Order: sequence, then structure tokens, then C-alpha cells
Amino acid sequence: MSEAVAMHEESYETPLTPESWGKLGMWVFLVGDAMSFGTLLAAYGAMRYSSGDWPIPADVLGVALSGFMTFLLICSSVTMVKGLEAAQKNDLDGFLRHIGLTILGGLIFLGLQAYEWTHFIQGGLGFAANPWGSPLFSTTFYVITGFHGMHVTGGVIYLACIWFKGRNGAYCGENASQVEIAGLYWHFVDLVWIMVFTFIYLL
Amino acid sequence: MSESSAATHAGHHREGFVKHYFFSLDHKMIGRQFLFTGLFMLVIGGLLAMMVRWQLGYPEEPLPFMGGFSEDFWDGESWWAQTAPFGIVTSEFYNTLFTMHATIMIFFVVMPIMIGGFGNFLVPICIGAKDMAFPTLNMLSYWTFVPGVLLMLLSFFVPGGAAGGGWTSYAPLAAVPDYAGVEGHWGVTLWCISLFIIGFSSLMGSINYITTIINMRAPGMRLFRMPLTIWSLFIVAILLLLALPVLTSALAMMVFDRLFGTNFFIPDGGGEPLLWQHLFWFFGHPEVYVLVLPAMGVTSDVLSTFARKPIFGYRAMVYSMCAIAFLSWVVWGHHMFQSGMDPVLGTAFTLTTMLIAVPSAIKTFNWLGTLWGSSIRFTTAMWFALGFVSLFTIGGLSGIFMASTPVDIFIHDTYYIVAHIHYVVAGIIFGIFAGLYFWFPKMFGRMMSETLGKLHFLLTFVFFNLTFFPMHFLGVGGHMRRIYNPEQYEFLQPWQEMNTFITMMALCLGASQIFFAINFIGSLIWGRRAEDNPWEANTLEWDAPSPPPHGNFLEDPVVYRGAYEYSSPEVEEDWLPQSVYLEPAVAGEEGHD
Repeated sequence: MSEAVAMHEESYETPLTPESWGKLGMWVFLVGDAMSFGTLLAAYGAMRYSSGDWPIPADVLGVALSGFMTFLLICSSVTMVKGLEAAQKNDLDGFLRHIGLTILGGLIFLGLQAYEWTHFIQGGLGFAANPWGSPLFSTTFYVITGFHGMHVTGGVIYLACIWFKGRNGAYCGENASQVEIAGLYWHFVDLVWIMVFTFIYLL
Repeated sequence: MSESSAATHAGHHREGFVKHYFFSLDHKMIGRQFLFTGLFMLVIGGLLAMMVRWQLGYPEEPLPFMGGFSEDFWDGESWWAQTAPFGIVTSEFYNTLFTMHATIMIFFVVMPIMIGGFGNFLVPICIGAKDMAFPTLNMLSYWTFVPGVLLMLLSFFVPGGAAGGGWTSYAPLAAVPDYAGVEGHWGVTLWCISLFIIGFSSLMGSINYITTIINMRAPGMRLFRMPLTIWSLFIVAILLLLALPVLTSALAMMVFDRLFGTNFFIPDGGGEPLLWQHLFWFFGHPEVYVLVLPAMGVTSDVLSTFARKPIFGYRAMVYSMCAIAFLSWVVWGHHMFQSGMDPVLGTAFTLTTMLIAVPSAIKTFNWLGTLWGSSIRFTTAMWFALGFVSLFTIGGLSGIFMASTPVDIFIHDTYYIVAHIHYVVAGIIFGIFAGLYFWFPKMFGRMMSETLGKLHFLLTFVFFNLTFFPMHFLGVGGHMRRIYNPEQYEFLQPWQEMNTFITMMALCLGASQIFFAINFIGSLIWGRRAEDNPWEANTLEWDAPSPPPHGNFLEDPVVYRGAYEYSSPEVEEDWLPQSVYLEPAVAGEEGHD
């Protein structure tokens, strides 16, 4: 999105995001991505509604670990905000520390998800097999949490690039919009997880 | 970050051959790449249709030009000898033919030409920008599209052949490999993966179009001064952004069902075949408007230019496109009246569907209003635009019949539906031709032959109607949509002569396109050099040189008025370009800087 930064020097008719085209681009992408998640969650709802033998999720999946994972992602959103704030205030150390913490939060989340999946698979919850009832219960679980996990993985890589390219202060001060754009993505992934946690684990 | 690829790329430097023609970041070259890919696929899709028609007109007779193959060839192991033994279309191959014909025409012809080709070429230049907001993403969009094309073409050659479940690939027929009745399950799987891939290509395009149109309009180019083509592409980008992820997610579920034994759409494991239909049509109906809206936009621009009159009701045109786009989200159930639906829900879908007739009629009457009392310049582009309006009127009216549940239950899955979709979707090809004849001088810097163009129009229009209009009668006569051999049904035997007639007309329709191919390729090489504004049109692209250089404009344009100031009393000429500043201009109308 670097090309977008230089273009704003020219005058245009009332741009919505004059600071960076990438910001609007990211919002547009997130709308489309929300439709993908929305479709999966709607399909999940349709499956579950019409199923006679859908297990109670909390009994099979448990909420202790996933609750902690939710807490972790919310914390990583907080550090993301702190990192952006530091970048805007030209505080390079604070930027690197907080973005680093956000990346760490994402990595721990992924590690816990890998642990959780391994645990379930060893317990007999296969991709298309579920000893506790409808096989679609486990399918939708793996597909939706897996799709979200891919987003977290992408976010960790994205933030690692931001951290690496910004380690000399490239994103501090006026150029902080690149951090803001990465933040938009990260908060979206966080928000989606809260939906996933609610629908897949809690309800 | 000060050094940006867009800035370098807007500069005037020479690139190598590969960088210029293949990995270009320039929106115009990417547009041409989409255009050529789409035209290539139009040839493939058209040939598939010819084979479909051959089988219906002359059931189980060898295809033409098959006499040249020896006995040894048919005994051999070659792909063609296996797929169509002795040149006869087998029932499995027939299923593949109509499935791939529809898939290719929708996803690989109309979408890439209209949205990828015209969209990329026109969006930045018509709003006075130098390029797209994200040129790299734009290039990536094309190069994501190409593997999708290749996979779809490759699928013809896998064991069992390409997908044969119809372009809608209803579950469980498409979800269970065994149900397709062919060896090997790769056809539908590759079909899914290919569409999955072009979903990403389309997403990248949408991001680019929306960001570009919102952020990068030239000074004075307010939203309500944009040409209607750009409005239509803007609305289409939003529709695609919202609709294609739904298909992408559904395709992923379908692939899981096919490859990993899950049960999303398979009733045995608690799945819901109807869920596929809901998801597919929730995507599929907005998709219909994704296809038709750009054709409406192009038609509006061409009609106004050659009628030498402002478009009638510009704002009403914009609002009716918005209304069509909004309504397209609440009508998907009308594809499923026969799938088992609560009659109350069916009535609701009937009503929402009929509502779409209102904005569509507003557009049609505005086109007629634009033509009313005008002194029309009958160029080829104008003929094709008029062709689109007339075909869309017929296709739109037959759509109202199907919106009504009781009528639809009778004509569902008959040739009436085939007639309707071809009047609309194949009618869109008239919009494509109108756009091609109109913008060819700008795209390639040369004029097309008007004589060949008018011949092409006349033949296409006549044979189009002779091909598709009788299909209405076949449909009401009960001719089913996807049958292999109509002669197998006693009640269809009296209709067989009409089937043969349609086939002859369809072959003529296909052959007429040779005139377009000659004109297109010949004009690329020998066409008269085009001046900057050969049609004396108003919009910004005609300010740029033909063809426009990198960065499009020799000097940055400023916009002073809307796109349709034809026959304005303020100037002597009968056109008044958007970028021309008039000294005592309409007070307060100058764009601010």
C-alpha cells in the first residue's frame, strides 16, 4: 500500500480518507471479509437449527480455555491501540514494544488453538466425525475456528512486517496511518473472534 | 515511503516487453488483458453453445467437420475420441457442455470484459485519475484471475470431464462425486476451486474500484457528475464485494463435502441441500445485476452521445441503479419456488421481484426519453446500444412472468427460462459490443470499420432474435431446460422442427461473429488512426490522447459540469466536454480546489 501514500499529495475531489488510500481499501476489504464469516456463521446457524442431535457446545468444547483465548485477543487489541498511539506520538520504543506484545498475543492465541485442536482430535472429534452427535457440529467448529485462525496467522505475519519495517521509525509520526490500517485488520479479527466465541462455544 | 510505485509508474519511462504487456501496473493495460482474456473465452463459450445446439437440433448425429477423422482416430485413446465417440455428443459430455457454457459466459466472459476490461480501463480515466488506487493489487487481480481460467479449461481434460451439474451446481448432485455418474470427481472440484480463485480476483478489483472512485475523483468531479458507466461500475463493485464472499464460502463448504467427507449439503449426515441453493442464489441474484448494470451504464453513455442530447433523468438513472442493487438482495427466493417453500414466503419473494420492474422501467423509459426528438447518429455503437435496450425490454418483461409463483411453477426449468436468461445475459453482449465499438478508438488508438460493424450488428441482431425468441414457445410447450435428447419424449416430437430451426439460426449467429473478429483484429492492425475525440463526446477519457499514455492526461483535468451536456445553448458545437471552462460559467458551479 506504499503507492497509496504518495498519491495524496495531489488534489482530489473530497477524498474520504485523504491521509491514505490504504485505509479505505482496508475498510472495503473488511466488509467483504465480514461477508465470508457471515456466510459461514449463517450456515452454522441453519445446520444447528435443523439438527436434532446437536450437542451443547460448552459440554464438548469447554469454555475455560476459549474464554482465556478471548481475553488474550482483547488484550492484544489494547496493545495494538497503544502501539498506534505510540507511533503517532513518535515514540519508537513504545511502538515496537506494543506491536511486539500484540504479535506475542497472536502467537500465544495460535499456540493455544493448536493445543485445543490437538486435544479435541485425540478425543475423537474429527473433521467429519463427532461421537457426541451431529458430525456437522465438529465440521463447523473446525471450519469456522480454522478460518479465523488463518486470519490470526495472516495478522501476525502482517504485524511482523509492520514491526520489522518500522523498527527504524518509518511508521512514526505522520506515517502512522500504515499502523492504523494494520490495526483495523487486527481489531476486525478480534471482533470476529468474539462472534465466533459466542456462537460456537457459548450459545 | 516517499518513493512510491505509483509515482514512478506515472512517470514516462520505457519498460521491457514483458513488464509492459504482461506484468503492467497500468490500469489501461490490465484492462486490455482482461478484455483479451474475456474475448478468448467468448470464443470457447460460444463453441460450447454451438455443440449444445447441434445436439438439440440434430440429436445424436455426428458434429459437423467430423468426417476428416479416420477410423483409427476414433478407435484411439485421444481425449476427443473418448469424449465424443465418432463426433457424437454423449449425454455426459452434453451435461458438461451446457454447464461450462454458462459458467464461462458468466464468470469468464461478461465479468472480465465488463468489469475487468471496461472497469479497469474506464474507472480511473473517466474520473480524471492517473491510475487505480492500488496498481499492484490491480495487477495481482489479473494474475489471480488467470489460474482460475486455466483450471476451468483444464477441467475438460480430467477423468470424467468437466463439471456437469449445471452452472448452479445444486447439491447433493454436485456435492457427492458418485451422483454425477462419471468416473472421477475432479470436474466439479476444479470448477469449485476455479470460481474460488476468481472470487479473490474479484475482491481485489472491488477494493480498487471503490477506493479509486471514492478517493481519486478529479477536482470538480462530484459523485453526481460521474458518467453513468462509472456509477454502474461503482455499484457493481459494491455488489461484488458483498456477494462473491458468500459464494466463496459456499464453494469452500462444497469442496469439503466432496473431498473430506463432510455433510454441509448432504442429508445423510444432517446437512441441508437447500442451504446450497439459498447461499448460491443469495450470491446469484446480485450477480445477475453485476452482469447487467455495466451494460446499462455503457448503453446510457452511448445513447446520450449519439442522440446528442443529455441523458433523460440523470439522477433518476443513478437512483434506479441503486434501487436495483438494493432489491437484488431480497429476491433470491424466486429461483427456488419449485424447491419447496412456504407459500407466504413465496408471495413475499414474488412481490420484491416485481418491485425490480419499477426501477428497470424507469431506466428503459429514460433511455426512450433520451432518444425522443433527437437527431440520432447511427454509428455501430449506437445500433448495439439500441439493440441492448430492445433485448433488455423483452428479457425484462419475460422476467415478470417468472416472478409470479403460479406461472413460474409451470415454466420453471423449461426453455422459457433459457429464452429469458439469454435475452438478458446474452443481451448484455450487445452492451459489450456497444462499449467495444465506442471505446475501441480510445483503447487502441485506431477506428473500427463502421461498415463491417453495421453488418455485424444486423446479422447478430436478426439471428439472435431468431435463435432465442422461439425458445419462449418451446418452453411453454413444455420443453425441459437441460434434457439431452428431446426426441426421446413423445410430447416434444412435434417441436423438433423448431429445435432444428433454432439450431440453424444459432449456427448463423455464431458465424456472424466472424465479421466482428475480422473487424477487431483488422482494425487493430490497419485501422485508421483515431483522433482524441472521434465521437465528439463529453467525458474525460476523450480529453486524453488515443491511446492514453501512462498517467492518462497531458495536464491534470478539472471538471466543470456533468457528463451529458450535449446540444448545450452555451456553445456553438453540440457537445460541451466536462473539462472545458466557460468564461461566464454557470454561477457557483465550478469545482472547488
